[in-house]
Amino acid sequence: MTTKQQTTIRLFDLVGSLAEDKDAAQKLRRETLMPLVKERHKVILDFKGVEDATQSFIHALLSELIRETEGEALDLIYFKNCNETVKIIINMVVDYMTTV
Amino acid sequence: MASFDTANPYKFEISFHEKWFSVHPVVLSMVAALGLRYSPSNIKFKNLEAKSRHYLKRMGLFDLLKIDSKIEIAEHEPAGRFIPLTTIHDKNSLSAFIEDMIPLLHLEPEKAKPIRYIISELIRNVFEHSKSAIGAVLCAQYYKKSNSIRMGIVDSGVGIRETISSAYPAGNDLDAIKLALTPGVTGTTRRIGGSEQNAGAGLFFIKSIAKVNRDFFMLYSGNSMYKLLKTATDKKVRLYADPLQDKHSSKNNLPCWQGTVVGVDLDLNSKEGFNDLLNLIGNIYSKTIKEKRKQYYRKKARFI
Repeated sequence: MTTKQQTTIRLFDLVGSLAEDKDAAQKLRRETLMPLVKERHKVILDFKGVEDATQSFIHALLSELIRETEGEALDLIYFKNCNETVKIIINMVVDYMTTV
Repeated sequence: MASFDTANPYKFEISFHEKWFSVHPVVLSMVAALGLRYSPSNIKFKNLEAKSRHYLKRMGLFDLLKIDSKIEIAEHEPAGRFIPLTTIHDKNSLSAFIEDMIPLLHLEPEKAKPIRYIISELIRNVFEHSKSAIGAVLCAQYYKKSNSIRMGIVDSGVGIRETISSAYPAGNDLDAIKLALTPGVTGTTRRIGGSEQNAGAGLFFIKSIAKVNRDFFMLYSGNSMYKLLKTATDKKVRLYADPLQDKHSSKNNLPCWQGTVVGVDLDLNSKEGFNDLLNLIGNIYSKTIKEKRKQYYRKKARFI
């Protein structure tokens, strides 16, 4: 769903309740997230229905975005409807990718 | 399983104690992976008289190897809690496989979380790094007496040493295993924080899940094996970036396993919630990566 400057991506529709498919994460990052971030669009990653995520999946989804944009991607991406497990993993990846 | 010999490419003989045997799922997965190299007519079972032979049938060993065992068993009761021997050749079907297989263990959702996490990470490793011709072979079993799950995931690929050596020098298989268990070390890059696809976290996480639960974890590749030993219940669990600091045993003179073998036991009595466990492991992982970064940026030009 895309509004003028905001796109919502529903992860459940792409990966189901267990977000573990790194290839899907990479495809999403390369084909959708990166172009949107480069155009400075706001992106909402909606994790509704996603019960678990692996560190590998979140790493494949975010690490290169964070690295390439020097962290700026995190000003444009919002994480919605994350349960505690998913939040922990996202925070972990953001933590080790952003701290010098 | 410390004694197997693959020297004869035309004959695969599996022998058992004639009265009783007990097989950890990781050993069963190894037997299946070895057997898959042979045509069914070249596979022989010796002394398969013990009553426990039904276990092999129930776990699907004979079906997987396409052998008519002549063993008749009643269909296992629905409450049977195991994942039979399964080969996975296609990573695209992995998510669906996990969703379908985990319910066979009849676990509460909280207890299923670490298991599906482990299975996912290990099988993805097989497809990403191993080049295994047979894909991944796995099975798992619930043990009522100990209220635990034991699982084994095996491949017959290039092994850890070849994979890790693309980025880090490993003098032998045991060195390679230690590197693979170290947070932030991946065979795909030496860059701190990993590549876009790999952070060098997978095996460290899995070993740590076992450690926090005070369970066993075993990694075998080439001639070497690393085994994480249980942390005693009266001792506080501490996670280390260096696998050598963990209470462990290791061997480097085993028969060569061409590929990688992982065995994990998980005690379901553990009170540690999965989120607490992830927080704990994530903190150690992040701390290690930050330390590496600090050391890297501490480097200065030297003028002479």
